[in-house]
Amino acid sequence: MVNIKIYNNKNDKYKIIPLMTVYIFLLFGAFIMLIPFVWMLSSSLKNEKDVFAFPIQWIPTVAQWSNYKVIWEKVPLLTGFVNSIKITVIVTVLQILTSTFAAYSFAKLKFKGRDIIFMIYILTISVPWQVYMVPQFIMMSKLKLTDSHIGLIMMHTFTATGVFLIRQFYMGIPNELLEASRIDGLSEYGIYAKIMLPLSKPAIATLCITTFTFEWNDFMGPLVYLSTNNKKTIQLILRMFNTQYSSNYALIMAAAVISLIPVMVLFIFLQRYFVEGIASTGVKG
Amino acid sequence: MFGWVKGKTVEVSVRKRSTKFRNTMVAYSFILPNLIGFFIFTFLPIVFALILSFCEWNAGNSDIKFVGLSNYITMFTNDKSFPIALKNTLYYTAVTVPLTLMVSLGLAIIMNKPIKGKEFFRSCFFFPYIASLVAVAVVWMALFNPDKGPVNQILIKLGVSVPPRWAASQTWAMPTIIGLTVWKNMGYYMIVYLAGLQGVPRELYEAAQIDGAGKWKQFTNVIWPCITPTTFFVLMMLIISTFKSYDIMYITTQGGPGEATKVLAYHIYNSAFVSLKFGYASAVAMVLMTMVVAISIMEFKAEKKFTDYL
Repeated sequence: MVNIKIYNNKNDKYKIIPLMTVYIFLLFGAFIMLIPFVWMLSSSLKNEKDVFAFPIQWIPTVAQWSNYKVIWEKVPLLTGFVNSIKITVIVTVLQILTSTFAAYSFAKLKFKGRDIIFMIYILTISVPWQVYMVPQFIMMSKLKLTDSHIGLIMMHTFTATGVFLIRQFYMGIPNELLEASRIDGLSEYGIYAKIMLPLSKPAIATLCITTFTFEWNDFMGPLVYLSTNNKKTIQLILRMFNTQYSSNYALIMAAAVISLIPVMVLFIFLQRYFVEGIASTGVKG
Repeated sequence: MFGWVKGKTVEVSVRKRSTKFRNTMVAYSFILPNLIGFFIFTFLPIVFALILSFCEWNAGNSDIKFVGLSNYITMFTNDKSFPIALKNTLYYTAVTVPLTLMVSLGLAIIMNKPIKGKEFFRSCFFFPYIASLVAVAVVWMALFNPDKGPVNQILIKLGVSVPPRWAASQTWAMPTIIGLTVWKNMGYYMIVYLAGLQGVPRELYEAAQIDGAGKWKQFTNVIWPCITPTTFFVLMMLIISTFKSYDIMYITTQGGPGEATKVLAYHIYNSAFVSLKFGYASAVAMVLMTMVVAISIMEFKAEKKFTDYL
């Protein structure tokens, strides 16, 4: 309906020309956004001497697939990849479990101290990590959790943002539904497992994606916490590659491409949830 | 008879109290797994940071010594890096925030029209946001390489005899980082704005069109007032995120050249993990925290004032 109205607006003579400029503008924008990635991919398949050849040769004459073989031998890229997968998956799963669990109580149960605890959660959301990373690090080192994956996992699992996101979604689920199930004899745990969880799939998907992306891309956390080479994550290894082989751009680009793959795959399949998640927090915010 | 009734009420009220107690226990059992972790790993460190900022504690000598305001005094009188870092943070924020806001709003307004390939464009603009900073920073540094990077080669072709030295130059390092920040994050804010624009009633556009309002009039009189709450949200998120970012400087320029891109958050990191002055680092962190809180309060007040008519 709406579309038809706009296209049939005969009073607006300039409709075609602005539409053209809009497309040209958008294509130009898309070009700016994507060109670094295209350059990355193209350079990763070149000989080192051709990377900065000018004018830019977008499709290399002979694709150097061997670059993708060599990188695994230069630095412990595979170790980094495996470590990142491990940490990311554990943090994502734990965060979803504990957040959905806590959010149920905050959204649907009445108990003493609920509002105060929730307010503390909310207040900490806006405190930047940089403010408390020092005492946190000291505490972790007292607990002997520095330079270990467990420390990093503990630090990132229990976030207020996750609880807040799920709680907002739970608030929209009607109380009558829960009352009815209580009368049917379901316990609170039963309601959580059989009603809340299945109903909140979209919110869980959003949390899953944001946590996964954050954890996979996180650089400062691992930089502060992990010092042993075989414990480092993909981002640290990529950075290491970058400083140790700073003149070998073709190989660096190949490693960068590898590091982007998991998030990219997730983005392609679950794009809808990325967008919906941002849109919902934005409007409610 | 009476006694029996009385006995029953007592029994009921005891049962009532015990169910209430049980309900509370159940409620807490849901929260506890998260709360315990949250309390230990987030809440305690925040409280501890405040205390630590009044103490002297350098790694090596393990004693914490209470020194009152001395860290704060040192910061403002005896630390040459602090004013530079403060100035750089303000510079970075003052340029990045409006620029990101304008670009993302402009894009959102264009994307809000029925155009073909919307999904494609949206993905293009959004993708840099989810790509890893380390990976995209490497590409940017290569593209903007002062000697052999494609950007400068193109500039030379276009007749610029001495192109900027980008991240390697005192003047251009910050603009280069700002460019990278805006490019990486604008897709996120574009989506927030797109959601906000959904809330602008179509009748208002049409009414304005009938009244003969041009595009700019439509923007200033219809769109802008309607999306004020979204703008406040975006402003808030942007300011907090620019205040605390230092990973981008760490990866691209290491705060240099000189101290041209050293920001407050970077100064905290350096003081703590390079100079190992934990107390002092926490004091700088408190300044950062105060700035964030002050801006949040100002925003909150302004928002109340500006969105009253809605």
